[in-house]
Order: sequence, then structure tokens, then C-alpha cells
Amino acid sequence: MAKRIESVGLSAYYGGFRAIEDVSVVIEPKTITALIGPSGCGKSTFLRTLNRLHEVVPGARVTGQLLLDDEDIYGPGVDATGVRRTIGMVFQRPNPFPTMSIYDNVAAGLRLNGVKRKGVLDDAVERSLQGANLWKEVKDRLTKPGAGLSGGQQQRLCIARAIAVEPQVLLMDEPCSALDPISTLAIEDLMTELKDRFTIVIVTHNMQQAARVSDRTGFFTIEATGEPGRLVEIDDTQKIFSNPGEKRTEDYITGRFG
Amino acid sequence: MTTTSAHRPPDVLPQARDLQQPSLSRTALAGLAVVVLLVTSGLFAVTDLAGRAGFVVVATLLYVAAQTAVSRVVEGGRRSVDRLVTTAVIASFLIALAPLISVLLYTAEQGLTRFDWDFFYRSLRSIGARDPGGGANHAIVGTLQQVGLATLMSVPLGLLVAIYIVEYGRGRLAATIRFFVDVMTGIPSIVAGLFVLSFWILGLGFGYSGFAAALALTVLMLPVIVRSAEEMLKLVPNDLREASLALGVPRWRTILSIVLPTALPGVVTGIMLAVARVMGETAPVLLTAFGTASIVRSPFEGPQSSLPLFIYQEAASPQGTAISRAWTAALTLILVIMVLNLLARLVTRRSTLKK
Ligand SMILES: Nc1ncnc2c1ncn2[C@@H]1O[C@H](COP(=O)(O)OP(=O)(O)OP(=O)(O)O)[C@@H](O)[C@H]1O
Ligand SMILES: [Mg+2]
Repeated sequence: MAKRIESVGLSAYYGGFRAIEDVSVVIEPKTITALIGPSGCGKSTFLRTLNRLHEVVPGARVTGQLLLDDEDIYGPGVDATGVRRTIGMVFQRPNPFPTMSIYDNVAAGLRLNGVKRKGVLDDAVERSLQGANLWKEVKDRLTKPGAGLSGGQQQRLCIARAIAVEPQVLLMDEPCSALDPISTLAIEDLMTELKDRFTIVIVTHNMQQAARVSDRTGFFTIEATGEPGRLVEIDDTQKIFSNPGEKRTEDYITGRFG
Repeated sequence: MTTTSAHRPPDVLPQARDLQQPSLSRTALAGLAVVVLLVTSGLFAVTDLAGRAGFVVVATLLYVAAQTAVSRVVEGGRRSVDRLVTTAVIASFLIALAPLISVLLYTAEQGLTRFDWDFFYRSLRSIGARDPGGGANHAIVGTLQQVGLATLMSVPLGLLVAIYIVEYGRGRLAATIRFFVDVMTGIPSIVAGLFVLSFWILGLGFGYSGFAAALALTVLMLPVIVRSAEEMLKLVPNDLREASLALGVPRWRTILSIVLPTALPGVVTGIMLAVARVMGETAPVLLTAFGTASIVRSPFEGPQSSLPLFIYQEAASPQGTAISRAWTAALTLILVIMVLNLLARLVTRRSTLKK
């Protein structure tokens, strides 16, 4: 079941440095939300607060509320591991586990959470690889190392790995920034397909990509270096790209920024 | 060729003159080597120079000088420096290898005289230094048991400490632990033996035993294992930890199933270094296991021997029979370490992925 995400007055810190301040947004289920903004404005940081990966960094902390279908994932007694099982993530750089085969990479999330039955794993691996558009390319070499694939294939392997645990939300941090246009298109098509099942949040520097795939677009920015990043506005993608509510958004999109 | 264009920035690097440049062929170099050999032979015939080692040294130096000079004239400065450095690197490698190989060969040559059935199946019980026969069974058993026990104790402990430092340790405590591990690295082995002697044997009154030796060896192995495992764990990219955590895998499981396997080959190498190091330790074993001439199967009951101890005691004797037993024990020690190393490598090769 895809879930709705709502952040209320969310701020994130690295030690004493406040990276994002007071972000309040609603992300509807089964939509693709794109986050854009200049480098260093806190897009990745925000994304990582959504699955509580932010707090893995030493000294990092989060204040504010983050509601996943009305449950505050930063509430007392909430287990970060459980949250991460519900919210999958794909990183900017493909990072397959180097000691594992293609099959093991995709099965990793299930196996390491205690699923042992071969039948279940086989099904999940095939379904996820098919979902990630990689099945045809790798079905004859499932026992080969995952690190032996091309960059684009590795990224799709990581997507397969993320969707194998059937998360309800999928976070993607610049998933195509290291890929060629064809792999990029493949992944964009994939996102549109996955939208039926997941809530997707994607960070991208590519305006065309945001315009092509997303339903809603949020624009982050910083006033100056050392200042925290803020969400300037979030709206329907069409509106953001044709008639944004804020001048700063328009400047950024049309390339008149900074 | 002069390509002066208005847009080109001023030359920072000198431009290569011609891409095609004369170079020394292999035959030319071989010829040079022959000439150098002839000249050296001449020198040794005419002057006071003599000796095989001297010949090699003089010939090598002459060859390097001649090669550099010829190359400089024919190929130019950069290439001649390249040749000089390449030759220097190869020569250093051979020089470093020479003692190693000669130790191995000499030990093998001396050790093979007693490399027989008796040596591996008998002990020194009622065998005097002058008697032929006798063996090191008790010493081999002792070494394997002592080092085995020490490995069993130090590997889990060392890995846990390393995991704590890298994965969990933040701030004071981790820094303190790291400092003490560094201090431990510097403990002379005899001090480790004295520590166990005074604490375990004299203090607690447990008496000499193979286990006491294992305790002393553990003290020596721990810091080596911790440091090497720490370095290896640090090399595992953070991306992998985050990827695993993002799948909802708990922290401990991530460390066990992702981080450790990724670092495994390096960790095993570190463990093998530690094992090889303590396997040759004599002083701490002498102080804690004391040594005996008979076969003692249990490391918990009374004095035990070990290979280094056996070598030390036999080599101290002026009798040829004892000394050749010492050589065979040395050869055995080298072989045991080599076999363990190979096994460890095979195991890690098997567990990491085959391409
Ligand atoms: N691990 C960290 N420790 C300390 N500060 C960090 C850390 N990661 C990011 N920051 C800081 O937080 C701010 C936001 O970084 P973030 O990575 O979220 O930016 P971003 O919008 O994703 O940029 P980009 O588009 O370049 O990926 C930056 O000022 C950055 O220097
Ligand atoms: Mg980023």
C-alpha cells in the first residue's frame, strides 16, 4: 500500500549546522514528487530524513514531525529499522553489495530480514528484476557478481533491490545522474510504472526529467552559504514549470539563478 | 611542427618534439649486458677484485651506469631516467628477495636430513642431545594447541574491539581504546610472557601449561588483529552500510552480513600475520609453558613444549644430532605457517565471489 507523507516544521542538523529548516509538505500516495534546487540546498538531507537515514551520520539530528499515514515516524518508541523497511531508497551512485551475486543483491533485503524460503526468494528476485526492467539482461547470469554489471544496469539492480522488500515509499536521490540518456529513459519509464504501487520522491538536477516524470515539484533553495535550506514552494509540476508562484523558482528554472 | 594559434595559452609544459623517437632495442640491451660481463671479467682477472658476490655487485653497477649513459645519448634524458629507476626497482626487489630465498633454501637443505617418520611421531623423551633419532611430535602438538587456543581467544575479541571502534565508537571511549591498543602493539613479547607468569602462574597459582602460553600469545595477537581489522573495516565504503540500512536491515546484521564479508580478505590477512608472528615466539612460551621432552596432549596439564622452544633448546647443544633436529623443527615451523596461510587464502577465496 502506498502511503502518504506529511512533514510538519521539519528541520535537520549536522552537529551544530542546520542544513534544512522548517520544511512542511504533503506528499500524496501513488504520486511522483520531484525535488529540485541548487547544490547544497538540502535536497538529499531532506530525502534522508524521510527514511530516518539522516540520523546515521554522527551528530546528525532532526526536529519536527514526519507523518507517514498519520503516524509520526520520529515519535517516541518508533523503530528506525521498521521505518526503513517501509521506505526504500535508491542512491545517487549505484552501490550493489560487492561480495554478492546479482541474485543475492536483490534477495539481500529479504534474506537479511529473515526470509529463508527459496521459493519466496526466487519469486521476489524475478518479480523485482522484472519490475526494474533488468530481468531480460541478467536472467542467465544471476550468480555472477552484481558489481560486474554496467553502471546503468547496476543502478537498476539497486532499484530492484530496493523494491524487492515491497516498500510503500521509494526515495531516489539523483538516480540517473551517472547514467546515459537511454538508461535514464529506462529508469524514468520504470518510475512511471512503479507509481501504481509506490509513492515516489526523486531528487534531480535535471529539469526536463522533473517535468517529464513528476506530478508535483518542490523547489528548495538557500539564501547564502551557511544558511539552512528551505522549501520555497511545492505545487503541481505543470504549474511550477509554467507559472510558478515565486519569482525565485522562476529564476531558477529559467536559468537566471545566482 | 609548429602550431601557433591565437587561441592557444602560453606553453606551460615544454612540447614534445617528435612523437616518434629512437629507442634501444632488446638486442641492443642484451649486447650491452654481454659487454658489461666481459669487462667485469676482465677487471676481475686483472685487478685484485675477487669473489662471486663482488662480481654480481660490480657487474650490476657497471650495467646500470652503462645503460643510463647509452640511453641518455640515444633516447634522451627522460627515458634514461626511466630506465635507471626501473632497473633500480628491479634490483632492490631482487636484493630484498635474496635473503628470504637463501633462508628458505638453507633451512630446507639442513632440515631435510631429519625430515623423517621418527621426527613427526616421536618426542625427545629419554633422548639425549647426542642420541640420534628422537622427534618433535610434542613440540608440534604444543605449538598447534597454544597458537590455536590463542587464535580462538584473540580473533573474536579482536574483531569485536575493531567493530566497536569503527562502527559504534564515538568520542572518548573509542579514542582511549585505540590508544591502549597502540600501546599493546609495542609490548615486547617477553613482557607478555612475564605478565602471564606473574599474574596467572605465580599469582593465581595455575602452574605452567600450554594454556598459559596461549594467554601470553593472545596478549601479543590482540593488538595486531584489532589494528588490521580496524583498517580493513574502515575501507568498507559507507555507501554499502547505508544501502543495507535503507533496506531496513538492523545495524548488527548490516555489520555481520555486509561490512564483515566485504572486509574479510583483509581481515584474514591480518589474522594470519598475527598467527605467523606468535608462532615463532620463544621467550613468552619458555616463561609460561616451560617446555618438556615428552608428549603432553592436554594444554591444561603441566608444562608443554613448542617448536620455537624445541629449536632454542636443541640449537643450544653442541651436538650435531641435536642441531639437525633443530633445523628440521625450523623447516617444520616454516611449512606450518605456509600451509596455514594457503588455507586461509583458499577459504577467503571460496567465500568471496568468483568472477
Ligand atoms: N555528512 C554531513 N556532515 C555535515 N554537513 C553535511 C553532511 N552532508 C551534507 N552536509 C551539508 O548540508 C547541506 C545540504 O547538503 P545536501 O547534501 O542535502 O545538499 P543537496 O541539495 O543534496 O546538494 P546536491 O544537489 O549537491 O546533492 C550542505 O551545506 C552540506 O555541506
Ligand atoms: Mg544531494
